[in-house]
Amino acid sequence: MPSLNYAAPTSVQEAVALLAGAAGLAKPMAGGTDLLVQLRSGRLKPELIVDTKQIPGMIGIREEAGGFVIGGATSGAMLEAHAALKAAWPGVVEAMDLIGSEQIQGRASLAGNLCNASPAADSVPAMIAAAAVAVIVGPKGERTVPVESIVVSPGRTSLARDEFILAIRLPPRPAHSGDAYLRFIPRTEMDIAVVGCGVNVTLDAAGVCTAARVSVGAVAPTPLLVAEAGAALVGHTLDEATLAKLDAAARAACKPISDKRGTIEYRIKVAGVLARRAAAIAFERAAGRVAKGH
Amino acid sequence: MNYIIPQSELKVVGTRPVRPDGVDKVTGRATFGADMTLAGMIWGKMLRSPHAHARIVAIDTSRALALPGVRAVVTAADFPDIASEEAFVGEGPMNFRDLSRNCLARDKVLYEGHAVAAVAAASQSVAEAALDLIDVTYEVLPHVIDVEAAMAAGAPILHEDMFTVGIEPKPTKPSNIAKRVAFAKGDAEAGFREADVIVEGRYTTQPVHQAYIEPHACLAQVAADGQAHIYSSTQGQFMVRAYCAKVLGWEIADIRSYPMEIGGGFGGKTLVYLEPVALALARKAGRPVKMVMTREEVFRASGPTSGAVIEVKIGARRDGSIVAAREVLKYQAGAFAGSPIGPGCMCGFAMYDLPNVDVVGYDVVSNRPKVAAYRAPGAPITSFAVESAMDDLARKLKIDPLALREMNGARDGSKTHYGVTHRDIGFLATLEAARSHPHYSAPLKPGQGRGVACGFWFNIGGESSGAVHVNEDGSISVVSGNPDIGGSRASMAMMAAEVLGVPIEHVRPIVGDTASIGFSHLTGGSRVTFATGMAVTQAAERVVDQLKQRAAQIWEIPAEAVEWKDGKAYPAGLNAGAFEPLSLAQIALKAGRTGGPISSEVTLNAQGAGPGFGCHICDVEVDSETGHVKILRYTAVQDVGKAIHPSYVEGQIQGGAAQGIGWALNEEYIYDKDGKMENAGFLDYRVPVASDLPLIEAVMVEVPNPRHPFGVRGVGEVPIVPPMAAVANAIRAATGLRMPDLPISPPKLRAALDAASGAKAA
Repeated sequence: MPSLNYAAPTSVQEAVALLAGAAGLAKPMAGGTDLLVQLRSGRLKPELIVDTKQIPGMIGIREEAGGFVIGGATSGAMLEAHAALKAAWPGVVEAMDLIGSEQIQGRASLAGNLCNASPAADSVPAMIAAAAVAVIVGPKGERTVPVESIVVSPGRTSLARDEFILAIRLPPRPAHSGDAYLRFIPRTEMDIAVVGCGVNVTLDAAGVCTAARVSVGAVAPTPLLVAEAGAALVGHTLDEATLAKLDAAARAACKPISDKRGTIEYRIKVAGVLARRAAAIAFERAAGRVAKGH
Repeated sequence: MNYIIPQSELKVVGTRPVRPDGVDKVTGRATFGADMTLAGMIWGKMLRSPHAHARIVAIDTSRALALPGVRAVVTAADFPDIASEEAFVGEGPMNFRDLSRNCLARDKVLYEGHAVAAVAAASQSVAEAALDLIDVTYEVLPHVIDVEAAMAAGAPILHEDMFTVGIEPKPTKPSNIAKRVAFAKGDAEAGFREADVIVEGRYTTQPVHQAYIEPHACLAQVAADGQAHIYSSTQGQFMVRAYCAKVLGWEIADIRSYPMEIGGGFGGKTLVYLEPVALALARKAGRPVKMVMTREEVFRASGPTSGAVIEVKIGARRDGSIVAAREVLKYQAGAFAGSPIGPGCMCGFAMYDLPNVDVVGYDVVSNRPKVAAYRAPGAPITSFAVESAMDDLARKLKIDPLALREMNGARDGSKTHYGVTHRDIGFLATLEAARSHPHYSAPLKPGQGRGVACGFWFNIGGESSGAVHVNEDGSISVVSGNPDIGGSRASMAMMAAEVLGVPIEHVRPIVGDTASIGFSHLTGGSRVTFATGMAVTQAAERVVDQLKQRAAQIWEIPAEAVEWKDGKAYPAGLNAGAFEPLSLAQIALKAGRTGGPISSEVTLNAQGAGPGFGCHICDVEVDSETGHVKILRYTAVQDVGKAIHPSYVEGQIQGGAAQGIGWALNEEYIYDKDGKMENAGFLDYRVPVASDLPLIEAVMVEVPNPRHPFGVRGVGEVPIVPPMAAVANAIRAATGLRMPDLPISPPKLRAALDAASGAKAA
């Protein structure tokens, strides 16, 4: 009979040693909301699960040098309850909040959503748009990697088997900045994105965009940072022509597949739609007018 | 009309008491199919076909049997190879030979997920490991999924011995068309010649699953002498007993079947999948065996209802009177014959009084799981097509869609194309209630649209038993033989309380096992409150007669001189004598001295079920950029006969509408090129979630059924019939597009919108 071991180390060193030392498959576990489902379905048969939640720094949110440091196992519910984080990064928080039910929100984390490496992960385009970086720990110590460089293909990350994410860092926020994330699902909740789009902008005093990052999800093997879409916004207000350029740039970046959740044609069209709609919310937020997401 | 109690004097019926099963359910104490355990119990698991269509060349179970902890393995070879024999289960035809072969495949597997062998082992993980050790050699055959592809010449044939029934001369070549059925009234050809306006359409619907939250589950125990117990989640304990006996070749009396609390059925639990296999494993292993399907197994191997192709044509005069109607229906049966094609052919035009009708239907097998009953089987599919076409007709004639239906609607004396004449029906009253509802005239904003559609269901009666026992303290037990899937315990208790004149709190309704109550046909066809309610009402009346007799004995006066009122015996008038009234409890206390226990069990075959009609109004808003449809407002009007417990009736109406909206917008089976289902789970098989729906307003129209003591009609099936067309007609109003193919999912609607705007631009 196959056996499964579980460990809950209290230090990074101990966790790394356990991951490195396992003979078979060893998986770090934060909230476990993806891992346990994969375990139950038989898709994943690990020999060892290393629960990282006892490690100092893994749970919690702190402000640091104008930005935020979010522990790798911090739950979506904790993000949602953090007023300062929500005010600075409403798009990131709402993207995380879209994942699963109330119960899932009590366990699921940004880092877990990222490491599950799904092309359709909701929080990932929002983090990419936010220029978030992952703090990775492993046998050689700490390294920081932009979120867009973590997922390499569906289900695979650039982390080594003995590495895990200690924290997600969100950068300091210039004045007149705003972000937003929208996803399309056929229902209103409890679903997986057919298309997702995160937009993060900074405006000048006149409302002209000075910096922008746009990321799309579920339209390629990995969530994409779409530089052309960001560039379409910089130097402009959100006029018709700019929106059309943004729509076209978002669509041009898409390399989706047709599957049970949507066709190639549909996903490409909706990516453009969501880019426009998310940009409108991000601009509103940056200009200080409160706008609510999807 | 002759009701046992005048409607104005009802004290319990029509009120909304706390449900008798409520506390158990909200506290988690209710015992569902998978909750039962017995000492020494082991676990059964099913090996299922990975192929859509294949010949079973060999099954080698030796490696599995050698695994420590494995107690038994069964295959079709452990069951008798039974002959073709029709059984009627209430909501659809069933052949015992097919049922047996659906429980465990013999010779061929006919769909991905078809059961091939089963293992019983000490634990679930050992049983699962043993499944991997069963070696099945398959010869993979070409498969067919689509209904019209299955009908086409040269299609892979599922059953070499299937020759289409209902065509002359008798075919000489086997076919996937199991049956052709036809109904006609008048002369449709001549009728169409008289028409000023004709609408035509070709519609498709997808198979949809009943999506009960509780997967199939059972626990079987077989003693050394062959006496067996089966506990299961089912809509009919007597059905389980009879079907298991048939499939195993046992005597019915050797099986005692216990219905567990049921977490939804909707028709999908009107047959057996696991029960005969669990009994066979239990007999072989000498241990109780529990089997529980996973959600994935539920999708791959149970249910759904048919997907279909329907062609419809309706012709009318300029004034709106319909002169001819024609329908051709092709229903998927799944791997074995027996789609609800019969009701499909009847229900589409059953609501209308039409002079000339021509309907032809085909029952078609393909490599999908065998369909099972699903709420008003066959009717929602045909009504999607007919009610969409009626909407087109109203537009073409520039007549209000409800007015068109009122003009042509069935009334008392209308003769249907299948031969039945409607009596005491409430269709026109239902239409009138819909037309005068504020929803129908409420303003809409741009981008929004309103649709209406109607629906019909026969409802049935049938064999039922009900017992009323007066306990020693005067409390009452009401026992019936029907699993409670829609609030029947509450309605049984309420009808008994009404007749006995006692508060509902003193009446405890119980669903009995097959040894505790007389035979009862399964819970289906919206029959229980009608038929079983009739048995319970009659039993309560007999108990009242006994109570009067006992009071007469105590008072030493003739029984005719005793009156029963408000739960007490009174002397009937001054001549009877001056006695203090005797309460039910006082009489019960003396029962031993006045002739023994006071109790009655009535068994009957209830006739006179009243059909039901519904009319739904739906408002939608369409996001033209994503194709997403939001249901803004939904009102479901229905003729319910007499609502015993109105909250339950409203719940039935809301639930049916919710399931129908899912059917309209997102639910579908997705197959890959190898015939394997790609969305066997609730993530990608999209039933609506709560936030997808507005509060569905249920409007009850009470046109009593004179053939029931309280005027009851079945209410549980009608509400799933109108929603698909109501939604599609609302989308038509919002976008100008007729969407003939279900589901109207966002990609499909966006593509249609693009095609339409492209056509406009060009």
